[in-house]
Amino acid sequence: MSKRSSEHYVAPVDENEQIEVDAVRLGDRRSNLWLDAWRDLRRRPLFYVALTIVAVVALAAAWPTLFTQVAPNNDCALSLSNAGPEAGHPLGYTRQGCDVYSRVVWGARTSLSVGMLVVLITAVIGIPMGAIAGFFGGKVDSILSRIGDIFFSIPYFLAAIVVMSVLADHRNVLTISFAIGGFAWASLARIVRAEVLRIKNLEYVTASTAVGRSRFSTLVGHVLPNSLTPVIVTLTIGLGAAIVAEAALSFLGIGLNTSVMSWGNDISQAQVTIKTAPMALFWPSLFLTITVLAFIMLGELIRDALDPKARARR
Amino acid sequence: MNDATTEVMSKQAPGQHDGPLVSVKDLEVSFRTLGGSVSALRGVSFDMWPGETVAIVGESGSGKSTTATALINLLPSNGMIGAGSITIDGREMVGLSQDQMASVRGKIVGYVPQDPMSNLNPVWSVGFQVEEAVRANGLAHTRKEIKSRAIEVLKEAGLADADRRMKQFPHQFSGGMRQRVLIGIGLAADPKLLIADEPTSALDVTVQKTILDHLDKLTRENHTAVLFITHDLGLAAERASKLIVMHRGKIVEAGPSVELLENPQHPYTKSLIAAAPSLASRRIRGASASSDTDAGGPDMARLAVHHHEAAEEHHISEAPVSIEVKDLTKVFSIRKGGFRTEPLTAVDKISFKVRKGSTLALVGESGSGKTTAAKMILGLEPPTSGDIIVGGTNLNGISRKAMFNLRSRMQPVFQDPYASLDPQRSIGAIIAEPLRVHGVSDRSVRLARVKELLDQVSLPESIAQRYPNELSGGQRQRVAVARALALKPEVVVLDEAVSALDVLVQAQVLQLLADLQEELGLTYLFITHDLAVVRVVADEVAVMEDGKIVETGTTDEIFERARKPYTQRLLDAIPGSGIKWAS
Repeated sequence: MSKRSSEHYVAPVDENEQIEVDAVRLGDRRSNLWLDAWRDLRRRPLFYVALTIVAVVALAAAWPTLFTQVAPNNDCALSLSNAGPEAGHPLGYTRQGCDVYSRVVWGARTSLSVGMLVVLITAVIGIPMGAIAGFFGGKVDSILSRIGDIFFSIPYFLAAIVVMSVLADHRNVLTISFAIGGFAWASLARIVRAEVLRIKNLEYVTASTAVGRSRFSTLVGHVLPNSLTPVIVTLTIGLGAAIVAEAALSFLGIGLNTSVMSWGNDISQAQVTIKTAPMALFWPSLFLTITVLAFIMLGELIRDALDPKARARR
Repeated sequence: MNDATTEVMSKQAPGQHDGPLVSVKDLEVSFRTLGGSVSALRGVSFDMWPGETVAIVGESGSGKSTTATALINLLPSNGMIGAGSITIDGREMVGLSQDQMASVRGKIVGYVPQDPMSNLNPVWSVGFQVEEAVRANGLAHTRKEIKSRAIEVLKEAGLADADRRMKQFPHQFSGGMRQRVLIGIGLAADPKLLIADEPTSALDVTVQKTILDHLDKLTRENHTAVLFITHDLGLAAERASKLIVMHRGKIVEAGPSVELLENPQHPYTKSLIAAAPSLASRRIRGASASSDTDAGGPDMARLAVHHHEAAEEHHISEAPVSIEVKDLTKVFSIRKGGFRTEPLTAVDKISFKVRKGSTLALVGESGSGKTTAAKMILGLEPPTSGDIIVGGTNLNGISRKAMFNLRSRMQPVFQDPYASLDPQRSIGAIIAEPLRVHGVSDRSVRLARVKELLDQVSLPESIAQRYPNELSGGQRQRVAVARALALKPEVVVLDEAVSALDVLVQAQVLQLLADLQEELGLTYLFITHDLAVVRVVADEVAVMEDGKIVETGTTDEIFERARKPYTQRLLDAIPGSGIKWAS
């Protein structure tokens, strides 16, 4: 027992070290979730890769003539059907004898328009549905959630096929976007509802109510802004998925009118000659894949950047 | 095989053990983070002897939990031991593989984790989880043996009807029972050392007391050494024979509990002991009521004793009534599957008065209805029946407009510093929100008020442009106080407002609250489970149990002459209540 050390140990006191309770130590930069996420993104090379691809596709969609002077439809000559690449026509010709490169560039506009429109429609329906259901709860929640469940239970692609078949005479960018977005919002609404349910019970929301702020104003001012993280991620990835859906519908021949230039239509038209001229199929598919990949990558990167825990792990 | 024999021998004859059970030497641990490597432990050394109970005490971030996890090599994946050695039972732990470590965990070192709510797997029955521990430690082999040993383990841990409860799931257990299960698992293999990391911080004081008493009994019988990790100085002193005080990754002071408390040497230990609210403390008074407003930091004992006479002169009994609650009742209907509901009376006909400029503490354990009462008073939850009169206005049948106006006269401060401020708003915007909502449209007026409020809660003006995540818990809580004061309310409802804070920071915020009360004549309704804090903040106390107020009185009456056994039980359960503190 004698070995048991029970002496009273006191660490040497560092005279310079003041015991100051809870002193405010601010970093030299302001920091919040969004600023931190932005700083994180700026350090990631993949972010620039994804951003560049998205920017190029967006430019091509807005000003296709920046990339090609060749008219995609007018100068087609059947004599050039499925011809290989030549000067001024780097990717060769389609079966109709049109320039593949030019068509791919012009097709970006359709794909991106559909993608953005679908995202817009999804957000405009899904966010309010989810937010109101989650925030107000009770009967409102029961009704809105059941409506959502009905849409959720129908596979949106199947629904889009049905809608596009019915609207055979009006196959344009707007109808296809509504056909896809009109059924895809239910999953976004669920995500928003879950997030709103979590946030509405936090103390800053109660504090806002206790100040006398109206319920609706609290929802818009505090709850929604803090529920947006998963929404942004879902929508970014959803944009890629919508482009794929348009291409798939067009490929099945019930998407856009064949006269509309889109990657989906080009793939659809090139499939007939897949054995003899695979490149006409390959190029629009490649651009489609790269674009969708860029959006998905961007979504994943934003997800990580907005999650401080994921940031710390890296 | 050899190991097993020595283990048995040392167990039977602890006196013959010729060295410490645990020996930590110059331990350095660091964590890799985005900003580079952060040092968490800087040269920690200590010894523990067989059967000894040691407590590591410190604030959050002091390295106490890191020490515990380093002992059993359970550091988070970004943590690493940089230097030093850890010997447990004569065996070097640093550098052991996970497989080798697995043979140490459970058998030689048992571990009781902090949160009983998240440390049992909700999808497996309790019995299965205990059996798993029994099997993993090789205590029994056949299924029957394993089961009977598991039942035995649970019985030892204090679950009398263990055989019946084996098939139940964690959600069917209360917090205290879950913690008993975890203690049972930790002790299942009869380890020589039990590490208990804040084992009861999530539990009510009375439950905490029974569990710790039981743990004491078990470990004493088996001669198990216990390493407590705790933030609670009172609990540490009461349960451990030796204390180790940690601060910023270093041990600042260590020694026998009693001696350390009565005669602390290091300035940090001194301030920690001075800040710990205890039953011996007295009501803190605002700075303006004190004759010397020094800068020595918060020191409850001194302030309190010094101004005891000042306290006597406070004649709160003649002040007008700020809050009056009459027969307030709240009945919730609990869904019982299908369309059946069952009434649950959360608050049962409570009545009390709070006079202007005074503090009433509403005390009770979890589920006693104190927070529901606070919500009704704040107009956040409609009462089932009864009256609430705030500053002469009855909340019953009040118009929307009148309620809106009344809100500016009573404001809340909540418990969780990390959830009470909107992370996407700047501090300035958060404090200005009540002003905007209540029609102060001039931006420069709002800015001036924000500056004034920041000054009142002793925060620099420069943080107005910053965001909550740049502040510590105590600072966030001060921002929440500033927001509550923005509209110059008469009444502030403090719902566990200091419960989540470390003791030094807690003392600082309590002092701030006392100063503000003095300066602005505020009335506080202080909701808390912590009786030690009540002692230093409240003028009057109302004790709640199962939705009813069982006892009311002045703070001195309650603490010195509690009439109801429930109140007495609560008082007795306060850790460290029987200890003489340095003053």
